[in-house]
Amino acid sequence: MKIKNSSELKNYYENLIIKTSKREKRTIVLSMGTCGIARGASDILNSIKKEVRKRKLHNRVEIRVTGCHGFCEVEPFLIIYPQGIFYCKLQPADVRQILMESIEKNNIIERLLYTDEKGKKIIKETDIPFYKKQMRLLLGSNRFIDPANIDDYIAQGGYQSLSYVLGNMQPEEVIEEIKKSGLRGRGGGGFPTGRKWELCRRAPEFPKYVICNADEGDPGAYMDRGLLEANPHSIIEGMIIGAYAIGSNYGYVYVRNEYPLAIHHLNIALQQARDYGFLGDDIMGKDFYFDIEMVKGGGAFVCGESTALIASIEGKPGEPRAKYIHTVEAGLYGKPTNINNVETWANVPLVIKNGWQRYSKIGTETSKGTKIFSLVGKIKNSGLIEVPMGITLKQIVFDIGGGIANSKRFKAIQTGGPSGGCLPEAHLDLPVDFDSLSEAGSMMGSGGMIVMDEDTCMVDVARYFVNFLKEESCGKCVPCREGLSAMFEILTRITEGNGKHEDMDLLEEISFAMKNGSLCALGTTASNPVFSTLKYFRDEYIAHIEKKRCPAGVCKNLVHYEIMSDACRGCGACLKICPVSAIQGEKKKPHSIDDTKCIRCGECFEVCKFSAVRRK
Amino acid sequence: MVNITVNSQIISVKEKTYILEAAKKQSIDIPALCWQPGLEPHGACRLCLVEIEKSGRKRMVTSCNYPVEEGLIVRTNTEEVVKTRKIIIELLLARCSTNKKIQELAEKYGVTESRFEKKEEDCILCGLCVRVCREIIGKEAIGFSGRGIYRKVTSPFEQPPQECIGCGSCAFLCPTGAIKIENGLNMRKIAEINCEIPLVFCQYCGRPIAPLRQIEFLKEKTSLPEDIFYTCAECKRKNYARRLIAMSSKR
Ligand SMILES: Cc1cc2nc3c(=O)[nH]c(=O)nc-3n(C[C@H](O)[C@H](O)[C@H](O)COP(=O)(O)O)c2cc1C
Ligand code: SF4
Ligand code: SF4
Ligand code: FES
Repeated sequence: MKIKNSSELKNYYENLIIKTSKREKRTIVLSMGTCGIARGASDILNSIKKEVRKRKLHNRVEIRVTGCHGFCEVEPFLIIYPQGIFYCKLQPADVRQILMESIEKNNIIERLLYTDEKGKKIIKETDIPFYKKQMRLLLGSNRFIDPANIDDYIAQGGYQSLSYVLGNMQPEEVIEEIKKSGLRGRGGGGFPTGRKWELCRRAPEFPKYVICNADEGDPGAYMDRGLLEANPHSIIEGMIIGAYAIGSNYGYVYVRNEYPLAIHHLNIALQQARDYGFLGDDIMGKDFYFDIEMVKGGGAFVCGESTALIASIEGKPGEPRAKYIHTVEAGLYGKPTNINNVETWANVPLVIKNGWQRYSKIGTETSKGTKIFSLVGKIKNSGLIEVPMGITLKQIVFDIGGGIANSKRFKAIQTGGPSGGCLPEAHLDLPVDFDSLSEAGSMMGSGGMIVMDEDTCMVDVARYFVNFLKEESCGKCVPCREGLSAMFEILTRITEGNGKHEDMDLLEEISFAMKNGSLCALGTTASNPVFSTLKYFRDEYIAHIEKKRCPAGVCKNLVHYEIMSDACRGCGACLKICPVSAIQGEKKKPHSIDDTKCIRCGECFEVCKFSAVRRK
Repeated sequence: MVNITVNSQIISVKEKTYILEAAKKQSIDIPALCWQPGLEPHGACRLCLVEIEKSGRKRMVTSCNYPVEEGLIVRTNTEEVVKTRKIIIELLLARCSTNKKIQELAEKYGVTESRFEKKEEDCILCGLCVRVCREIIGKEAIGFSGRGIYRKVTSPFEQPPQECIGCGSCAFLCPTGAIKIENGLNMRKIAEINCEIPLVFCQYCGRPIAPLRQIEFLKEKTSLPEDIFYTCAECKRKNYARRLIAMSSKR
């Protein structure tokens, strides 16, 4: 069935709304993104299906499987509508009780509710602090949408922005609207989206291409995966609007192969969009053809860089091209090409729906709208969060993230992906926007956010990212390839206790050459992890180099374990567990560690019940 | 024609030339390891960095692939450029600590010792070999494999390259001598790219002429008489001289 114009879409939408409002069934919403599935959501789903069958509840309950809602920490979870009851950290065995108490009857099961900081039980999802402090313009509708069902998206007002654009706006007006909204690219660079579209529209050649960059290679980041899995139509709608504005008929989504669920949902969504007439010939009755093809990428980090991505779509090795001409003028197959990130595309329908005036009220002077982050690391509430630009790091870490896990102290927050920087406590009041983060020596990146506690060694962190980058860069240009390789060697010797004082200068010199001389943005930013830790955590470098100590107790060669005789009860637990028999001592008498035998595995430290083993 | 200023010298150059070419015409020295006239710029060695100024804004670009524009100001030796270039050279010298050509280059630009951990590579991954093969010979016998620090030049799947005609253009252009040609008794061998191809011998004197596949390649590309391909340069000259003598003696 094709929807041929805006009034048909309106009718269709109204019918969907009437249908849902008449529905007397309850809905069980189950969050089943890749993260939920990893935590056992499939077993919960199977149990629900089985129990519904057994209890003959078909007429009373409906199951909706959705993508990730963001609160990965307490998955698997489900929500029962219309009440909005939120049950989390579920086991398959809990399902029976849920159906008996909360579907067949109207009771709430206390023990499955979310418990907040102060021990208070919270019934509704929307009252949970993790969600309350966010602004979920993009992620908020995930819980209402089965990504395999286009009707769910339409019932949320989906495709109405497209309908409005095609019915009422000239392409130039769409571009103007996006420009005024202040929308900037979410893929890392923060380039103004409207301006990019305009440049591409003005480029004289045809055909023009639009591309959605869903390569997402940052380790630990999954903002784009979350959107693709949970709400693929929002991205498709954004791309169609963009194609209309730019004057393009062909679109590509470049998605990494490691995202099978995202690929699956996107395929279904593309087909449904074609069936409904949102893609293909004469879109919504207008003389406008546009279709989208999916290209699966091999998954190197560097393939996310726009010219490397284009090379990869063309079937060439995924490495950045050395040309001083922008892809909006000469991109895919040498034709004008507009690349935007997944989240950028998903923002487009939102801008149209709200109008630029309302959209641009959110955020700061130079960064508008919301941004999705994947908040991970040593934090209580990890997950996908969406916040207005300009929120402070502190609010993210403590109000949304709930602070540091295991009552440890905050040490640093790493933003911007592998080539981002680490910011210390003193910068927690920094507003999160493109410019403030760059000024502080980090960057917005595409939205990775890793929280580190006092047990994290910052030299080791720098080494970790440099290691990642030296293997995930393309290796084409000298400063990046040889610079990363030299940096890695220097950082390795520092963490092994063989650092020299000049090493810090060497690292800075390499950073300088990489920033000035590298071919692509991977190389020009790759020194950020090193540069920022040298700037904010220099004392840790000095401790490693001069005192041969790792203050966080991470670098194996630089830590020593010692038993404090006044605290040791001589229980022998450490003696038994030590894999190299480095511990001696008679029963009930203080034990001791032979440092020359010790392999620094830390087993004794973990096992001692009396905290008598000290790491220093 | 457009006018640009290079190190305060105004020069007039053809449109679409790259800064490096323009500078070379004026004998302005810019190191350039991965550039060769006739090949697409590759932008990999980054030694040709220069500072440009455009409407008051300065930035660093590689001169081998930056096209000239009217009014462009170029400075090839600012403090920043020199410092960046020296570190890049020092990094290269660490990679190729025993390579003569790189040692010479380093010395020319004032780098005598590398402070980084030394390796003994010869290849600098400039890609000249890969490009000459693809762009001039029209084959893709060799390419890059691996990424990041594992990148290297090799034949597909490290097997004897099917497309290689053994012409040796790669070895000829290699700036560091990393690719070497060995002409054995019957075979031409280019070990770095796993290539081994039988040689063809002169029908008159029996000296090796060229690899078989190169001869086949040339036969395809040209319409010269068969005989020419199986005669070495020396014998061609002799034959020619003989014919000339025969002709003149007839007169
Ligand atoms: C090494 C590297 C990796 C990148 N990876 C991604 C990525 O995974 N996803 C993405 O959208 N942009 C990535 N980018 C940024 C893209 O080059 C490009 O700027 C972006 O897709 C443009 O879209 P936007 O304007 O909507 O941000 C990467 C850039 C670099 C240098
Ligand atoms: S900067 Fe790094 S990733 Fe970019 S072209 Fe150079 S080697 Fe490749
Ligand atoms: S073998 Fe020689 S020509 Fe080829 S990439 Fe290496 S240095 Fe360059
Ligand atoms: S000559 Fe310009 S980058 Fe190598």
